[in-house]
Amino acid sequence: MKTLSRVPWALLVFAAAFFVPAAGSRYYTFLANDVVIWALFATSLNLLVGYTGLVSFGHAAYFGIGAYTTGILMKKVGVPFLLAFPAAGVVAGLFALVFGFFCVRLTRIYFAMLTLAFAQIVWAICFKWNEVTGGEQGMPEIPYPDFGWLERVAAWLPIVGGYRTSDYFYFLTLVLVAVCLWLLRRVVGSPFGRMLTTIRENPERAEFIGVNVRRYELAAFVVAGAFAGLAGGLFGIFNRGVFPDFAYWTKSSEVLIMTLLGGMGTFIGPALGALALIWLNQQIVSYTQYWPFILGTILIVLLFVFPGGIAGAVESAARRLRRRRQVA
Amino acid sequence: MPDLSFVFAQSLSGLTAAMFLFLIASGLSLIFGVLRVLNFAHGSFYMLGAYSAYQIVQWLGTGPVSFWVAAFGAAAGVALLGGIVERFLFQRLYGKEELYHLLFTYALVLVLGDVAKVLWGTQQKSLSRPPGLTGALSLFGATIPHYNLFIILLGPAIALGFWFALQRTRAGRFIRAAALDRETLGALGVNVNALYTGVFVLASFLGGLGGALITPMRAIVPGMDTEVIVEAFVVVVIGGLGSFWGTFLGALIYGQVLSFGILFFPRFSIFSIFALMAAVLIIRPWGLLGKPLK
Repeated sequence: MKTLSRVPWALLVFAAAFFVPAAGSRYYTFLANDVVIWALFATSLNLLVGYTGLVSFGHAAYFGIGAYTTGILMKKVGVPFLLAFPAAGVVAGLFALVFGFFCVRLTRIYFAMLTLAFAQIVWAICFKWNEVTGGEQGMPEIPYPDFGWLERVAAWLPIVGGYRTSDYFYFLTLVLVAVCLWLLRRVVGSPFGRMLTTIRENPERAEFIGVNVRRYELAAFVVAGAFAGLAGGLFGIFNRGVFPDFAYWTKSSEVLIMTLLGGMGTFIGPALGALALIWLNQQIVSYTQYWPFILGTILIVLLFVFPGGIAGAVESAARRLRRRRQVA
Repeated sequence: MPDLSFVFAQSLSGLTAAMFLFLIASGLSLIFGVLRVLNFAHGSFYMLGAYSAYQIVQWLGTGPVSFWVAAFGAAAGVALLGGIVERFLFQRLYGKEELYHLLFTYALVLVLGDVAKVLWGTQQKSLSRPPGLTGALSLFGATIPHYNLFIILLGPAIALGFWFALQRTRAGRFIRAAALDRETLGALGVNVNALYTGVFVLASFLGGLGGALITPMRAIVPGMDTEVIVEAFVVVVIGGLGSFWGTFLGALIYGQVLSFGILFFPRFSIFSIFALMAAVLIIRPWGLLGKPLK
């Protein structure tokens, strides 16, 4: 077991992911890109739900805000991706600051309801504000970032050349999401992250030892919102369009399911959940159009049999294995 | 300024919408008040009520009473389904975190939504108004369909019946007691689990009835479940989660804000509804007529 945990898994997966466009088809690159973006979205939610114990039912709001920010900046204003991408995080983070300020004042079910209300406000605005967001029709044809320089460089090199624009975007997504996940990992492991877990376990005790619980919760809300915004910014380009249902409440529950499926207690869980759910979806939609039915059934089984998700199930299996070895 | 008959007609249409929402939201509020669970699947029960009513009318043909038989038959069927779900699945999740409750009811939304698609397809369906209520009434220059009038009267009737049952009957007393202190009620020898099942059945009945009765006014389509549940959430949040008269008030406010919002700010009518919900949660999280949770 010890040798297994010494392997730098994250780096290996990251490196392996670069070979998807070369090894697989265009379709697999598409799927991998989808997984990578959703992994970031679900991990950002996990900071709230898993680490801080705040059940947000409106996390899609920040995803949507990020997607619209990048989309509007790139399509209508002509801002390069280099600025439009961080802008998604900043704008989503600012909205999270305003909304979160009110949300963290409430507890449990009321918190969930207020996050839902804010997300529906965002959705309603995107849905109706035709001049800016394109209204119900959304905003199609978000341009890809300019990869001209990359393509010129690649033309000189024998192996790395010959990729499509969508492949380059996949590489870019991979690098950016890896950086974001690394940052989130740092946040979770920092004293700040530990304090969030303390708050989740016992908010009263945290208050007693002099922690400003609300301020910590708000900080977590803003960080989670900003990273969800970055995921949204990437998704709008990947999806070749931004639509109001990015912020609709069913999107919020989709990402919650992903987080739960992967396992909320662990850092890597939500990313695993994104991988599992998107892969499963791709497997199942070729047989039946009733994917929601399958998803609902999986979710029910999960809630009753494996409340810890994939990561939780693997962990407890590993623990059992270790114990058996110790006995033998 | 629009003329008065127009304002009157608009407020009546808001009132009709309000009474429908009250019918649906009262079930949601009841479940929250007693079981402390937000039931996303309530919208699915509403949708199944609508589809079942349509189905029963198809079987019975258009007789003088077939609509009413269909409406109550559909509601009873949905109530039975609600009871089964609560008894065999939901009851095992009590005592777990709220997130599990929310996700379980959301899983039901996904499953039941597809079940409806399998059984009835994706084509939109509709029913005509029941015989006897097909006409319209002229009042202050506004034309009000008889069916709307019936709904406007049905809402308060159900509200009063409900209030009476909660205040004056033995079961009603138990339900109010369960909302306050579940353990003590159980210790006094009341079968709380059976009571919870009963509450779920009753709430599902109301949801199914709401769905069945709306069929002459709105098309029956996939997606009506996720749409109505958010509206019902807004209503119970404004009035106060678990508060019975609060739900009534919330529905009235919702109906008027929506119908006049469409009139004056057509672009922002949906926005104003959710803004109202957020404002209530910020200022009085327990709602206009609710009591703060301990």
